[in-house]
Amino acid sequence: MKLDDVVKEISLDLKTCNSCLNNQVTGAYVSDLLSDVMANSKDGNIWITLQMHMNIVAVAGLNNLAGIVVVGGRQPDQEILKKAETEKVAIMTTPLTTFEIAGRLYQMLN
Amino acid sequence: MTLNLNDTVEGSFQLIGGNFVNAGEASTQLKVKLLELGVKEEIVRRVTIATFEAEMNVIIYAAAGSVHYYIKPDHIRIKIEDMGPGIEDIKLAMQEGYSTAPDWVREMGWGAGMGLPNMKKNSNKFNIDTVVGEGTTIEMVINFG
Amino acid sequence: MTVKEIADILEANIISNPKERDIDIKSACSTDMMSAVLYYHTPNSLLITSLNQPQVIRTAEIAGIKTIVFVLNKKPDQHIVEHAENKNISLLITPLCMYSASGRLYQAGLPGCSQKF
Repeated sequence: MKLDDVVKEISLDLKTCNSCLNNQVTGAYVSDLLSDVMANSKDGNIWITLQMHMNIVAVAGLNNLAGIVVVGGRQPDQEILKKAETEKVAIMTTPLTTFEIAGRLYQMLN
Repeated sequence: MTLNLNDTVEGSFQLIGGNFVNAGEASTQLKVKLLELGVKEEIVRRVTIATFEAEMNVIIYAAAGSVHYYIKPDHIRIKIEDMGPGIEDIKLAMQEGYSTAPDWVREMGWGAGMGLPNMKKNSNKFNIDTVVGEGTTIEMVINFG
Repeated sequence: MTVKEIADILEANIISNPKERDIDIKSACSTDMMSAVLYYHTPNSLLITSLNQPQVIRTAEIAGIKTIVFVLNKKPDQHIVEHAENKNISLLITPLCMYSASGRLYQAGLPGCSQKF
């Protein structure tokens, strides 16, 4: 499944890296703790979190994640979106909560 | 709603920076007090949440601080003062998601940048006074409905 | 959904407060950030978290949350369990990760706790 399919199916708002829509999605990882994501997320996972500070871009890059879904209607600021664009990290936003997005993704991917 | 009080009910708590063990103690005791006085549970929850967020900010960022509360028949005023770094840009600090928390704080479940917004949302009046390098005072008024 | 039903869906152990087993849980919130717990303070809500810290109990108590699921078999220390018992908060531990735990409950029909103010 591609990131594009997920974005369309769950109505996510893609904020950066249009080319990332081609990314293969291997699953999802849900956590707000960066150390946890770094240790346990897998290549191609979509990361679901409410975190939207600068470090999330580096984490997504290092772990080769398919993209980051920032939940709860939160909007990462321009600086972070710029960095994500440069590093080719897809950031998507949604008004829904972590639980709801995780649920929908789970239904899609499982 | 008005409480049957003869006088203002007031009290205070001292806060020690970095003391996560007792963090939340002040808010919890205030909660008990308000429930005893007969304030609606929904309002007590708002007061407790706002006070707890303020308490956590002091514990995370400051060397020390205090919580003073003044309960009148129809509202409570809470004043949280700290000897902390102060806030450089209040407007920025009030933005949801903005946080100056270091990584270790984030790993403990704080620093999501929702503290100040949570305080403001839960209070009827909200004010911040701050001096960089000296400290911050937050005052909140919550009406009893 | 009752605590027992949730425990069954999540293959979880109920490690604290079995007498609360019949509370009707109406929604769930998945987060590791305490301010998010306070933001979405919904009565009769379930907190799903991986944060194994004393603050979780304190925050849950203040938010009015009575049931917490720790994921990835994160076992809270005895003093955390005692604190939860004192406050009548049920604790469950599931081997599932937050994604699967949320997913299974969502599929079973539990709504998210998106009540805001």
